[in-house]
Amino acid sequence: MTPEPAVGVALPERQHTPDNVQLMLYNASLWNGHRIHFDLPYATEVEGYPGLVLAGPMLGDWLYQTVDEWLGDAGMITSVSYSNRGATYVGETLTATASITAYDAASGVLEIDVGIRNEAGDIVAPGTIGAKLFAAAD
Amino acid sequence: MTGLISEELLTNIGRQSKPQREIVTRRDIRKYAVATGNRQRKYLDGDIAPPMFHVPLFWDVVELDQLTPDGVSIDTLLPKFPLERAMAGGLDIEYLKPIRPGDWLTSRRTLTAIYEKAGRSGSLIFYEIIMDIRNDDEELVIREKTTRILR
Repeated sequence: MTPEPAVGVALPERQHTPDNVQLMLYNASLWNGHRIHFDLPYATEVEGYPGLVLAGPMLGDWLYQTVDEWLGDAGMITSVSYSNRGATYVGETLTATASITAYDAASGVLEIDVGIRNEAGDIVAPGTIGAKLFAAAD
Repeated sequence: MTGLISEELLTNIGRQSKPQREIVTRRDIRKYAVATGNRQRKYLDGDIAPPMFHVPLFWDVVELDQLTPDGVSIDTLLPKFPLERAMAGGLDIEYLKPIRPGDWLTSRRTLTAIYEKAGRSGSLIFYEIIMDIRNDDEELVIREKTTRILR
């Protein structure tokens, strides 16, 4: 696990540039038929969006992936909290960020601030992830 | 407070959905892992479910004539609110047990809160739904709280 856990440590960021194939497969895996995610004329002309809207919970998934990849098999995610603050669109590059805000070495309990940042620098999905490192004897 | 929320509306707090029982399959885990851009082999191979796999597992499957013209399924747990435009929402999820292919899981949703707050451009209505997901031994596997804001 690199970097080692400590308060203030930032985990490796990850960029996501979802295209309409990924967005379609995501919504198909949910059974989500909301037109704003696949019907470009509807999304732009009827709803007034600049493009196809990314599904909110897909951003939630990226929030924990950053932490989960860092944890690997050394620990597990115990909680995920986030909110969607603004719409994001196919064609945007979004960056998932994470930094450790609390760490108790005795229990292995971690609290990690996470966010999805758009190209304008706005955090469109802020959140907090709880995680626990397994004890060496586990 | 301007009092958008009537006593009658508040009587809906405590309403519960019918339990929904679903089986976890390797194929569904794999599809979800691929679609979310996951890079970890254990999820891409479907050996174990990634944290938010309960989102596709319990998404409502409704028939075509039950979808609105914009393709949305209507949440029958919700009463009619005096405000209708949904703003950003939030999720708080607790994980208690891992999920693997072959697991049968049952979810049950409860409308647990309806309240009003003053926003910058008028009153806002908040509501909360808690979804408990249990295995066949009645053990809690995931508890998810959804908060939605209407304006």
